[in-house]
Order: sequence, then structure tokens, then C-alpha cells
Amino acid sequence: MPVALQATIKPPVQYTEFHPRWYRPKVSVYWWLGERHYFKFIVRELSSVFVAIFVIETLLLINALRTGPDAYAQFLQLMQNPLVIVLNIVSLFFVVFHTITWFNLAPSATPVRMGGKRLPDAMIAGPAYLAWVAISAFICWLVLR
Amino acid sequence: MADKIVMEIARYSPESDHEPHFESYEVPVKREWVVLDALNHIKDNVDGSLTYRWSCRMGICGSCGMMVNGEPKLTCATFLSSYARNGNKIRVEPLRYFPVIRDLVTEIGGFMEKLKKAKPWLMRATNDQLSEGTYLQTPEQLDRYKQFSMCINCTLCYAACPVVGLDPVFIGPAALALAQRYNMDSRDQGAAERTATLAHPDGVWGCTFVGECTRVCPKHVDPAGAIQQYKIAAVIDWLKSFVTPRGRDAGSLAGND
Repeated sequence: MPVALQATIKPPVQYTEFHPRWYRPKVSVYWWLGERHYFKFIVRELSSVFVAIFVIETLLLINALRTGPDAYAQFLQLMQNPLVIVLNIVSLFFVVFHTITWFNLAPSATPVRMGGKRLPDAMIAGPAYLAWVAISAFICWLVLR
Repeated sequence: MADKIVMEIARYSPESDHEPHFESYEVPVKREWVVLDALNHIKDNVDGSLTYRWSCRMGICGSCGMMVNGEPKLTCATFLSSYARNGNKIRVEPLRYFPVIRDLVTEIGGFMEKLKKAKPWLMRATNDQLSEGTYLQTPEQLDRYKQFSMCINCTLCYAACPVVGLDPVFIGPAALALAQRYNMDSRDQGAAERTATLAHPDGVWGCTFVGECTRVCPKHVDPAGAIQQYKIAAVIDWLKSFVTPRGRDAGSLAGND
């Protein structure tokens, strides 16, 4: 390296006599593949894409209902496409995973104190699960009755 | 339980090596031995040049943290017997994401700088005199922050956090949890002074809630929880600034609402 260039690059750390050369490990691009917990984290983050797919489908449904019977029939036909059915089954799996992982994380982010004590985690996550089951059951009843 | 186990230990000599390599040592497995005992056995009987940090060997000094089979562990609290079966090996490496000085010794100067930025000490807005007496605190007020105060600065959470590895300027779990520990302390009045460091892309907003810091913490501090709680407090404080642009108080940041 030319001396002039060397002078312009500032060394990141000041090495002393007793620390002649530190080894600086590099993080691989595939850091999330080697470890189970990291992989689960990445899957949890990626699952938000499938949440977005369900949101878009719901918006398309509302738009079809607003436009008229023909548009609604067209929407139903799109939903019957085998590819869309496979996509929806895969999406459902990821959305359920997304919901469970976030419900389980909620107690550590939102501690609730009552009577001078912190409520147990089950008291925070429990109602969320109950609401999930109750709302799902209500929608099932609404659709299948 | 096998009576001997092979330990593969990362060795790095800055004078001669470009990168670390592994050396294998066979050590006896005794029921009461932890990984640190095995390292001491190697240093005393096999290879005196093996370099690592340790002090109290009772899980309070926080200096013997290493990667044991890829997991950040306090080696004084990790028993050999839990690995010694079916010809298993134990792989010991320096804590991940830190520069390595020699063998198993990491460079923690960067961590110390980050810790200082979080201002983990009692700050008072008023200039109280000693003659006014001590600050009183109820058991309930103590209970609010006690969990976060158990941190021993062992840096296992930094070795667990992928954000620390990918983004070296991220303040990191322990420093953020300790800042939150003081924010939630009823005696502290410095929450507003910590805002610049905490409510920052390199502060709590750098955290993606992987949650590994909480999982590996040997003192059950729950840094991930502390960070998410601060995120919520920061958002509430930001929303409040629209309602009362002037006379902002750091009540929500201090968790005293």
C-alpha cells in the first residue's frame, strides 16, 4: 500500500505492544442457517409476508363486494384456482406460526402490574389466545351456518 | 457418563496465527467439574500457554463467558457431565462477535464504551445534600427494576445477538437493559438524558426482538423484555409530545405512569 494512502486510512483501533493483532471474526451471510433459534427468528420475520398476502386477499374481497355480483363471482373463481389454494394453505401455516410466536413474546414486552406485583405471563398471553379462538369460532359460525 | 471427554479448544496466538485453529485435549470427567475446571486442568497439567479469563468461579464476576458447543455460556456454571455421553466432544471458543486477543480472551473495550453511553448510574435533576438523608424506596418500587439490575456484564447476550454481529454500532442488550434498569428506578431522574442514546436507530430501534439475549442470560435479566418495554415507552412519549409540545416530562420513559 502506498505510504500516502496508508496515512489517509485511520486504523480502527490503537494496538499496543501487548495486543499486537486482534482476530476479527466475520459474520457469514448465512448466519441464520446454522442455528435453530436464528432460523426460527428469520421464519417468524418472513411470516409477515404471508400476513400481507391475507391482507391483500381481504382487500380484494371487499373491493369485489363493493363492485358487484360479477366481480364477486370472478373473485371466487380466482380463489378456486389450485395455485391460490396451495398459496393459501402455505400462508395459513405461516400466519398461525406468526400469531403463536408473537402472542408468546407479548408478555415480555408488556408487563402488567396489579396490586404491586407483575402478572404472570399466562395472564397476558392467555386472553390473546382466548380472543383468537373466540373470534375464529364466531367467523366459522358466521360462514358455515 | 464417560470418564474422559475430548475438548476442542480454539487457539489463537496473535504473534504467529492469522486465524484461530482448534486443538484437542482429553480431560477426565468428574461429576462436580465444570468446563472451567477442565480448562484449569489443561492449563495446570497439559499446556500452560492456554489463555482465558476467569475469577470467581461462582457465576457473579461475569468473566468466564465462552462459546460451549456454539452456545454462549458461563463456563463456571456449565457442567462437563451434561456433555459427557456417547463419545461427545466439547468445543470451546471465545465469545462470538467480539475481536479475539488470544485463545479464549475477547476484546471488550467496545462493550465498555457502549455501556458508558447508556449512563447506567443514578442521575438526579436536583442537587440534593447529604444532610437531607437517604433516598427511600418501597419494596414495590425495588421490584419494578430488580430483575434488570441482576446483570453481571458477562457479555453472553452480545455473543447471542445477531444484530450485534451484523451492526457493530448497535448499543446491545446488556447496556440497554441497564439503562432501562435506571429509568425504572424511583430514585433516578435521568431518563430524559438517556433518551438520545436509547431512542435511536443504534439504540432500542436497532433491536429486532430475536430474543436470544434473554434465552442465554445466566442471571435471567430479560434484556429483550427491557428493550421492548422501552420501545413502547418511547412511542408513548413521542405521542404525548403532540398533546403537550411544551413541558414534556419523561414520566412514561421512566415507566412511572
